[in-house]
Amino acid sequence: MTFFEAVLLTIITASTPLVIAAIGELVTERSGVLNLGVEGMVIIGSVSAFVAAQMSGSAYVGLLAGVGGGAIFSLLFSFLTLTLVANQVATGLALTIIGLGASGMIGEAYVGVPGVRLLPLEIPVLSDIPYIGNILFKQDIIFYLSIVLVVAVNWYLFHTRSGLKMRAIGDSHSSAHALGINVIRTRYLAIMFGGACAGLAGAQLSLIYTPQWTENMSGGRGWIALALVVFASWRPWRILAGGYLFGAVTILQLHAQAFGIGIPAQFLSMLPYAATVVVLIIISHNRRATLVNTPASLGKTFVPDR
Amino acid sequence: MSSSDEPHADALLSIRKLTKLFGSFAACNEINLDIQPGEIHALLGENGAGKSTLVKMLFGVLEPTTGQIIWEGNPVSISSPRSARHLGVGMVFQHFSLFEALTVAENIALSLDDRIPIAKIAEETVALSQAYGLPLDPHAQVADLSVGERQRIEIVRVLLQNPKLIILDEPTSVLTPQEADRLFETLFKLRAEGRSVLYISHRLEEVQRICDRATVLRHGKVTGACEPRQETTGSLARMMVGSDVASIRHDDRREKGKIQLEIAGLSAPARTPFAISLKDVSLRVRTGEILAIAGVAGNGQGELFDVISGEFPVPVDDLIDICGEMIGTQGINARRLLGAGFVPEERHGHAAVTGMSLSDNLVLARSQSDAKAFLGGGFLNIIRRGVVKQAAKRISAEMDVRKSGEDPNAGSLSGGNLQKFIVGRELDRQPTVLVVNQPTWGVDAGAASRIRQAIVDLARNGSAVLVISQDLDEIFEVATDIAVISDGRLSAAYPAREMTREKIGLLMGGTHGTTTEAEPAHAH
Amino acid sequence: MRIELEKRRNVSKLFGFVSPLLALLLTLSAGAIMFLFLGKAPLDSLYALLVEPLFDPWSLNELARKAGPLILIAVGLSVCYRSNNWNIGAEGQYSVGAIFGSIIPVYFYGWSSPMVLPLMLLMGAIGGGLFAAIPALLKTHFNTNEILTSLMLTYMAQLLLDWITRGPWRNPDGHGFYGTRDFTPDQTLPPIWDDAISAHWGFIFAVIAAILIWFMMRYTLKGFEVVVLGHSERAGRFAGFSPKKMVWFAFILSGALAGLAGISEVSGSVGHLQPDISPGYGFTAIIVAYLGRLNPLGIIASGLVLALTYIGGEAAQLSIGVSEKVTRVFQGFLLFFVLSCDTLITYQIRIVWSRVRRKAGATA
Repeated sequence: MTFFEAVLLTIITASTPLVIAAIGELVTERSGVLNLGVEGMVIIGSVSAFVAAQMSGSAYVGLLAGVGGGAIFSLLFSFLTLTLVANQVATGLALTIIGLGASGMIGEAYVGVPGVRLLPLEIPVLSDIPYIGNILFKQDIIFYLSIVLVVAVNWYLFHTRSGLKMRAIGDSHSSAHALGINVIRTRYLAIMFGGACAGLAGAQLSLIYTPQWTENMSGGRGWIALALVVFASWRPWRILAGGYLFGAVTILQLHAQAFGIGIPAQFLSMLPYAATVVVLIIISHNRRATLVNTPASLGKTFVPDR
Repeated sequence: MSSSDEPHADALLSIRKLTKLFGSFAACNEINLDIQPGEIHALLGENGAGKSTLVKMLFGVLEPTTGQIIWEGNPVSISSPRSARHLGVGMVFQHFSLFEALTVAENIALSLDDRIPIAKIAEETVALSQAYGLPLDPHAQVADLSVGERQRIEIVRVLLQNPKLIILDEPTSVLTPQEADRLFETLFKLRAEGRSVLYISHRLEEVQRICDRATVLRHGKVTGACEPRQETTGSLARMMVGSDVASIRHDDRREKGKIQLEIAGLSAPARTPFAISLKDVSLRVRTGEILAIAGVAGNGQGELFDVISGEFPVPVDDLIDICGEMIGTQGINARRLLGAGFVPEERHGHAAVTGMSLSDNLVLARSQSDAKAFLGGGFLNIIRRGVVKQAAKRISAEMDVRKSGEDPNAGSLSGGNLQKFIVGRELDRQPTVLVVNQPTWGVDAGAASRIRQAIVDLARNGSAVLVISQDLDEIFEVATDIAVISDGRLSAAYPAREMTREKIGLLMGGTHGTTTEAEPAHAH
Repeated sequence: MRIELEKRRNVSKLFGFVSPLLALLLTLSAGAIMFLFLGKAPLDSLYALLVEPLFDPWSLNELARKAGPLILIAVGLSVCYRSNNWNIGAEGQYSVGAIFGSIIPVYFYGWSSPMVLPLMLLMGAIGGGLFAAIPALLKTHFNTNEILTSLMLTYMAQLLLDWITRGPWRNPDGHGFYGTRDFTPDQTLPPIWDDAISAHWGFIFAVIAAILIWFMMRYTLKGFEVVVLGHSERAGRFAGFSPKKMVWFAFILSGALAGLAGISEVSGSVGHLQPDISPGYGFTAIIVAYLGRLNPLGIIASGLVLALTYIGGEAAQLSIGVSEKVTRVFQGFLLFFVLSCDTLITYQIRIVWSRVRRKAGATA
């Protein structure tokens, strides 16, 4: 394997959790809900996956636990914002704080313990293609899932009646309600999907990226995923592009650190966050595009009149 | 033909003693109504008369407390919009439930059966819309369409379900006279096919023009059932309102007063993607004059108001002149200090904050103009709450504002009462210039009458008033001069007595720039 | 079974008071359940966490010490949130304030004068204010979401602090220890009482700031402006207020207060600048702000409550052997329940048991 191939592989590994968390949040936001608790759901996914893998000895069990953990944790968010109509921003923050705290507590006993690694799955035939085969088709299942998710979400949103209804809710929940669409139920499901994706992303972190548990290992990826959704103008394929852009920045700055470039490590570590800010500026600056692309009911409270 | 107690044998729809109670309040009280097949039937009444409640019961949104609904000879119970549609009842609401980010076909698909593919819906939409003279492009995004075009979507959506009865709630309130004519042609076509229309309106001339029969409601009861063409507008109005509405007392003094508000050749770009740009707007209002600007919603009224009020100043001073001062670049409080008062269109979240008390809302508009009275403590600007409360109390008494408690939240007042307070808030200052956008939209008849009289009185006492309104009846009641706004362009102003509805309609249509309307297939 | 919400005609003042108390009660219950799961006696654990620290003079001073930065930051955040500006980057503004405030001790170590400390505090406030001005600028000029930008900047500020204390500002005689030289007495924020365990003046600053801001919000036109713009930008413009200017005001004010908290902690508690100067004050302050119902006087109380969870958490680790991370979880629960109970202020909750769907409401 050449150096170049190795770098590409690490970029894929770094980008995958971002893509997954972001595509989940995209669905949530398309239904009109702003979930700032993604970071909390990611880290809950990480700790659930790690602990389950340790206790069962199987990484796949860990994977399921990560997905489940994220989904169940998201129910807290749903209950507060959909049923009790609490402020979405504050609730998301509450969940992030709980998530970071609880995961720290649960995972405390597991710090330093070697993890159960999720092994790659080779796809027969395709993995024999020179160059591409090594990079794309000898990956772990979570990578394949990330691609499947992007394709599936795109198809769902733009080619199914159910996806159309979801987009309608995101545009105007009151009009959707007037048409008899069940706004609350759709949003519960959308948030759960987002939570499950966040959990899956978290599982990737503790089962593949660094098969280990460290406190706060999500490192702000949940927040970056939120920025990615804005960057992608709420379109699934652009999530893929954006996720890989960020993954590349992350990996390149790590390599630059290892390389011993004159710039101090901390400044290089700032790059993904700085890049997020720059990307947000560029996308948001065009007010017309922002207005046209953003789901109009995003973040607004909805109380169904009966 | 008055309705007897026995339901008509061949009626499409008969309602007998239909009542809807909310607690002890009767929104609809023993209503009788008959609609024949192939009939355009008007439902007349002021705001709050019970028209909406009645119609919601017919469409399955509300459940009647007592009474019978008889459809094609059989008593029915309409429990949901879906069952109403199954019976053959379709409804076009006054406020559309459309999704701006989606296409026309997608919008229609959302209200139809899930199993029909969108491509087919698109096809049928084109066919139907052409057939009824309401052309639509199924792949256009709703956000790009005008209000009139959006109404077509709502109508086509209803027609696709092959209804026998179509209910229209105040459909012409958002249309130009030309678009209204086109709608009427569509209604005649429907009638010729044997379908019936229940036409809700408070516009008497329209009703006389197109409706075969009318039922008049007041305070939830039927006060009359008649053939509109055999009545005069006066007799219809009496049935609606109960007594002769005091017509506004005008002064005929026509000496030329001083110019208090002048705008000269103002152009302003659209601030947001869906806003209208103002194009070379000029107007002039003198003391004692009430200049009314007529126009259908969405033609730049809000944008015009914004530059006049100063919430969004313009780059050049001399474009706007208030009381002799060129203040185009200055903000709203500078204009207030010169003696101007402003009443925006939107009560909730613009003219007033619903979550704050009335006295707080008084400070909202008058913190600078009344700084001496309302603020103290030097640079700290401490609000003298006692003084403010007194002033709010005085204004409420003066304008007969009905409210619960001494100083309740603005949100707890009814639309009419809040509007009275908002207008009174400005009148209390005896402004030299008053600019009002939609003074009585959504306001009950009593409050509306009071507000209009207050405006007329203000002008009579020497102020200059600019009224922007979508209500032609209101305009003819109060205005001394009338201009028309269309697509951000303002026509010249004409004395009110020289203006007619036809002329206004022409000005609304004629100065329209580029439209996205496709012409109907048949030639005129 | 269904939960239905009905909007109250007038916001319930009763629940305005009851809600935070109810939230506290629920948090205690949730905490008790959590302790059960961890295999610890619930009531004993709660006692160790929340009551025991109150009986110890050392703890009471620690309470004031921890509450100081929480209250100072939260008071600034309350103005932000009430004006609908979501500053989530207080932690970063705290750090940058600490850095700015430490410029004098690092570069003018020998300078002795009564001016030194006030200057340090001023620079701390300026540093925090400047750093907060970045998300403000991005919001007003580039329409960028301030939540994400202020948060990203927080991560960057941490890295900046890390670099500066391990790199250029590192004490040359530090013996492998990361941080600047210890501050001289002139550069140190003095204790309130003449006592070894006394809390420093940071707490006093916090209380003063709370009172001043409370006064501003309740009585002055500026406070009125904050509330109006928080409700509606359009109404604010109608009143002649500028939404953009409010963004600057809110962010710079909260950033300055956070920066002041930062330098106060560093010069009063830690004694020098080092990579780790905050147990997450900037984030916990968000909870303090909400628990105090965004009212500066309420924030004094809620700041003390949350300070208690910090101290209790440390104590609980020793006395009942539970991880000190339990503090974080408690704080998160508290915010969660505060938000839940707040619903009761604006809405009446009705639990509907029957399966019959009620038809649409009372509006004609």
